[in-house]
Amino acid sequence: MTATLLTRSEADLAAARQRETKRFFGKVGIYGLLGLWAVISLFPVFWTLTTSMKVAKDVQRGAIVPFIDFQPSWLGWKSLGLSPETIGQVSTVRDEFLKRFFNSVAVSVSASLLAVLIGALAAYGLSRFTYKFLWMRNKDISFFFLSQLILPPVVLALPFLVLYRELALLDNLVGLTLLYTLTVLPIVVWIMKDQFDTIPFELDEAAAVDGLGSWGTFFRIIVPMSLPGMVAAFILALILCWNEYFFAALLTSTNATTLPVMVASQTGSQGINWWAMAALATAAIGPLVVIGIFLERYIIKGLTAGSVKG
Amino acid sequence: MTIGSLSGDLATSRAAAGRSQRRRLGRFLIIGSTAAFILLILAQVLQAAGVAQFGFPNWRPTLYGYVTWGVLLAIGQIMARGEAGWRALFILPAGMFVAAFAIFPTFAGLLIAMTDWNLSSSTGPRFNGLDNLIELFQDRFYWNALGNMVIYVLMVAVEYAIAFGLALLLNAEIRARKLWRVAFLIPLMLSPVAVSWMVGKSMLETRFGPIARFAKSVGWQSPTFFADPWIARLSIEAMDAWVSIPFMMILLLAGLQALPKEVSEAAKVDGATGWQGFWQITFPLMLPVSITAIILRIIFKLKLADIVINVTSGGPGGATDTVSSFIYREYRDRSNVGYGTMLAMFYLVLIIVFITALLNLFNKRMQRMS
Repeated sequence: MTATLLTRSEADLAAARQRETKRFFGKVGIYGLLGLWAVISLFPVFWTLTTSMKVAKDVQRGAIVPFIDFQPSWLGWKSLGLSPETIGQVSTVRDEFLKRFFNSVAVSVSASLLAVLIGALAAYGLSRFTYKFLWMRNKDISFFFLSQLILPPVVLALPFLVLYRELALLDNLVGLTLLYTLTVLPIVVWIMKDQFDTIPFELDEAAAVDGLGSWGTFFRIIVPMSLPGMVAAFILALILCWNEYFFAALLTSTNATTLPVMVASQTGSQGINWWAMAALATAAIGPLVVIGIFLERYIIKGLTAGSVKG
Repeated sequence: MTIGSLSGDLATSRAAAGRSQRRRLGRFLIIGSTAAFILLILAQVLQAAGVAQFGFPNWRPTLYGYVTWGVLLAIGQIMARGEAGWRALFILPAGMFVAAFAIFPTFAGLLIAMTDWNLSSSTGPRFNGLDNLIELFQDRFYWNALGNMVIYVLMVAVEYAIAFGLALLLNAEIRARKLWRVAFLIPLMLSPVAVSWMVGKSMLETRFGPIARFAKSVGWQSPTFFADPWIARLSIEAMDAWVSIPFMMILLLAGLQALPKEVSEAAKVDGATGWQGFWQITFPLMLPVSITAIILRIIFKLKLADIVINVTSGGPGGATDTVSSFIYREYRDRSNVGYGTMLAMFYLVLIIVFITALLNLFNKRMQRMS
C-alpha cells in the first residue's frame, strides 16, 4: 500500500518535473526565437551604422563589432561633410545632402498634412451623413476612395509624366507633394473613418442641440477626440512619403529630388565608397528609426485600424 | 388674428423670399462657374490645337481654374442647399482631388496607351489604336515579368506563415513585449531604396558582405546571390519580405490580442496540446484577420518595384523583373510612353480582375463557414 502510494507520488513528481523541464525549454525556445528574429530585424541597421565608421581595410576584413574588431573612424561621415572636424567647413556634398533631406522633409510633411486634412473631412462626412452623388451612395463613395489603394504607381506614373510636363510641374516640389497626397489618401480615409465610427453619434446630436453646425461639431468636438487617430494617420503617411522612390525617380531631376533618389543614384555609380554610402543610408533611415522607436504606439494604431473588430 | 402673429407671418415670408433668392444665387454660382471652367478648358484646347492664340504659357491656367471652380462650387452648394451644402463640403475637397489626380490621369492614360508616343522622338503622339496591345501580347519580357509577379505573390504565403509565427511569439507570456515589438517593427520603417543598398548591395556583397561570409563558413564555396535566376528571385523576395513581414505581424498580433481569453483557456482544459489547440481553435478564429492581412499584403506586393530597380534592374536575364520595374525601364531607357502606358493599363485590368476574384472567393468561404 505504502509502496504503491510512494510510487504514485514519485510518478506525479516525475511528471511534474517533466512538465517543468518542458516549460523551461519552451521558454528558452520562445526567447531563442525572439532573439533570433530581433537579430535578423536589427542587424542590417547595425551593419549600416557601423560600416559608416569603417575604413577600407575594416570593410575588406568584414569586421563587425566596433572597438573590438575595428576602431571606429569618422571616414564615412567626413565624406558627407557631417563629421566633427568637417562640420564647420564648407562642403558641397553636405549642401547637396541637406538640400535633398529638406526636400524630403518638405514633401512628406506637407503631403501628409494635406492628406490628413482632406482625408479626415471626407471620412467624417462618410461616417456621419448620407450622400447621393449621381448613382453613388455612401458605400460607393467609400469604395471610390479606398479603391485607389490598388492602383499601382506605375499606372499613374507615365500619364503624370505627360500631364506634369504640360502643367510645368515636373521636377517641382508642389507637383510631387500633390502626387504623394494622392497615394496616401486612401490609407488616411481608411484610418480616420475607423476612428470616427468609434465616436458615439449621440455626441454629434448633443452638439447639434447646443446649436453647433456640422462644421462646428467637427472642429470643436470631433477633432480633439480623434486626435490619436489623426496622429496615427499622419505618421503612417509620413513614413510612406519619406520612403517613396518610384514617382520621385521619374518626376524629378535636379531641383526637387528627394533623399531616396539621392541614395539610389549613389549606388548606381561604379566603385561604391562603402563608408560614404553607409553614412548616407544611415542618415536616410535615421529619422524613421527614431520615429519607429518613439511613436510605435501610433504606428500600430494606424496599421491595425479597421482590420480587427472585437 | 392678432397683429403680432400677422407681423410674424410677414417676417417668415420675407425670410423665405430671402432664402429662395439666396438659393437662386447659389444655383447661378454653380452653373456659372461650371460654364466658365468649361470655357477655359475650351480656350486651352483651341490653343493646343493651334486654332486660336490666347497666350497661355502652359496648361497651368486649367489647374488654377479647377481650384477656383472647386471653391465657387463649394460656396454655391452652401448658398443653394444650406445645411446639406455644408455637409457636402466634407467630401467635396477629397472627391475633387481624387477625380483630378487619379480618375482623370487614368483615363488620360487610356488615350496615351493608344498612341505611339515616344518622348525622345521629334514627332508628337500619333494614334495607333490597339497596336500597343498587339505588341504587348508578343512581348516576351512583359509576360516574363507577369510570371515573376505570380511567384512573388505566391511567396506571400511564406511571409504570412513567418508573420503568424512571430505574432504568436509576441502574444506568448514574455517579458518586455513592447521592446521586442519595436525591434521587430523597425524594418517596416526603412525605405526600400536604403534596404536595397544596406542588404542587397552591402550585406549580400560576394566578397566582404557578412551574409556571403556566413554562407562561406557553412560550406557554400562561392556564394553569389544575383547570378542564378532562382537564387536572385529568392534574394529579392527575402529583402521584400524582410521589410513587410512586420506589417502582417502587427495585424495578426492585434487579431490574437482581440481573441477572447476563454477561447485559449478552453483549449487547454480540454487537454488539447498547443499544436492541436492552435489548428482547431486559434487558426479558424483568426481567419478574418488573416484574410485582411493577406489581401492587403498582396495589393502592396503587386506594386513591388524599388528594390528590383535598385538591386538587379530586373536581371539576371529578367529573372527578378516585376511589371513595375519593367515599365520603369521601358520609359527610362526608351522613353516609350505610349507603349509603357498600355503595359501599365493592361496590368491594372489584371490586378482588378485578380483582386475582385480573390475577394469574392474569400467572401464565399466565409459565408459557408459561418
